Amino acid sequence: MHKSWWKITAVVLLVYTFIMGFLGEVPRLPLLQETIRNLYFHVCMWFAMMILFTASVVNSIRYLRTFQYKYDIYARHFAVVAIVFGLLGYATGAIWASFTWADPNKPATDSFSTIARDPKLIGAAIALLVYFAYLILRDSIQDMDKKARISAVYNIFAYAILFPAIWILPRILPSLHPGNDGENPALDVKNDIDGSMRLVFYPAVIGWTLLGVWITTLKIRLSLLNEKKMSA
Amino acid sequence: MSETDTISTFRHIVTLFRKDLLLELRQQYSFYGILLYIGATIFVLFMALEDPDTRVWNGLFWVIQLFICINAVAKSFLQESRGRMLYFYSVASPTAFVLSKLLFNSVLMLLMSSLSLLLFTLFLGNPLQKAGPFIGLVLLGGWSLSLVFSFLAAIAAKAQQNAAIMAVLGFPVIIPQLILLMRLSGAAFSPLLEIPLPTVLMLVALDALIVLLAVILFPFLWKD
Repeated sequence: MHKSWWKITAVVLLVYTFIMGFLGEVPRLPLLQETIRNLYFHVCMWFAMMILFTASVVNSIRYLRTFQYKYDIYARHFAVVAIVFGLLGYATGAIWASFTWADPNKPATDSFSTIARDPKLIGAAIALLVYFAYLILRDSIQDMDKKARISAVYNIFAYAILFPAIWILPRILPSLHPGNDGENPALDVKNDIDGSMRLVFYPAVIGWTLLGVWITTLKIRLSLLNEKKMSA
Repeated sequence: MSETDTISTFRHIVTLFRKDLLLELRQQYSFYGILLYIGATIFVLFMALEDPDTRVWNGLFWVIQLFICINAVAKSFLQESRGRMLYFYSVASPTAFVLSKLLFNSVLMLLMSSLSLLLFTLFLGNPLQKAGPFIGLVLLGGWSLSLVFSFLAAIAAKAQQNAAIMAVLGFPVIIPQLILLMRLSGAAFSPLLEIPLPTVLMLVALDALIVLLAVILFPFLWKD
């Protein structure tokens, strides 16, 4: 059981999330009704994505400080897993929006262009595009040292611009998304979420993030083993 | 950095800037190439659209700025050969080098932006209600675009890639600024709307952030 406590925590928290998410009590607000259960899945995907992107940038910074190749591999795999979480966030969000935002009198595709203009969707799209570009840039360079250095520089540059952007955009564009009326453009956990739901929401965020980190460590180990085999 | 260092960095920037200017004056084909690009693109738009709506005018104007910027700025790092980069590496600091490039590209892009605005109003009509603020926004926008794409040109040049990868790297990064610019300049088409000053300041702050990031990150790019 070498350092496996956090993996056990991840499993326990996710089992708790699924049980409470599907069976627990939720307030039935007009329009939202039972779809609010998606909060435990959809919102957690974005939290996990942002945390994993941040982990990727931290590893890029570590690479530029130490020039150890393993940090570049860390950065790449954190970015890949974060992209997967981002896509899952879109998928869960699409389900939610089809029940709450889409015009029920028209086919769902008609509402797509209106919904896609939401500032938070734009912000997420920018984040995903940045990291797709990061992967393309990284894979386009042959030389290992150069690849690591240049992609780390782009990672830091793009992330540093992305963040003010995600902070600014919701303040200047109209949105249906929750957490838009006050000063706080992100989700206002304290006021928007019912007390009993917070008891599931916080563990869910931690559980999903730990799961993401777990997947990433597996990918990193595989990739480091491959490197070793290649150089041996 | 001591005072003498600051002064020498400043001198290096001026010298490198003059070098770029001299190169531009001697190899005029690239300069005329961009001019022709602007002229041809706007002429194509003139053929495609008759008397566009103000929102279409605004949207097209900024998209054209984006493409002009990619073309104008792309060559700034790509034109430097390996040997010449090595020479710059031995005589100047990375800070001076990148700042001189940013400065030169800013001046180039300001010129190109003003020119394209002139052609736009000639060919596609002049729906501007507030010409002064709009010109100010065009200059600010041109400057923002040139800063972001200068740094990305450095990345693309180091990755030994063409200008296409610059677009791939740059579009997601520039979207927030373009949205801000389009929103702000939308106000210039109506006599009643005010251009919100905090948003303008936010753009200036973003530009300052980009310059800062370029100065911090460029040293990692240029040593081989």
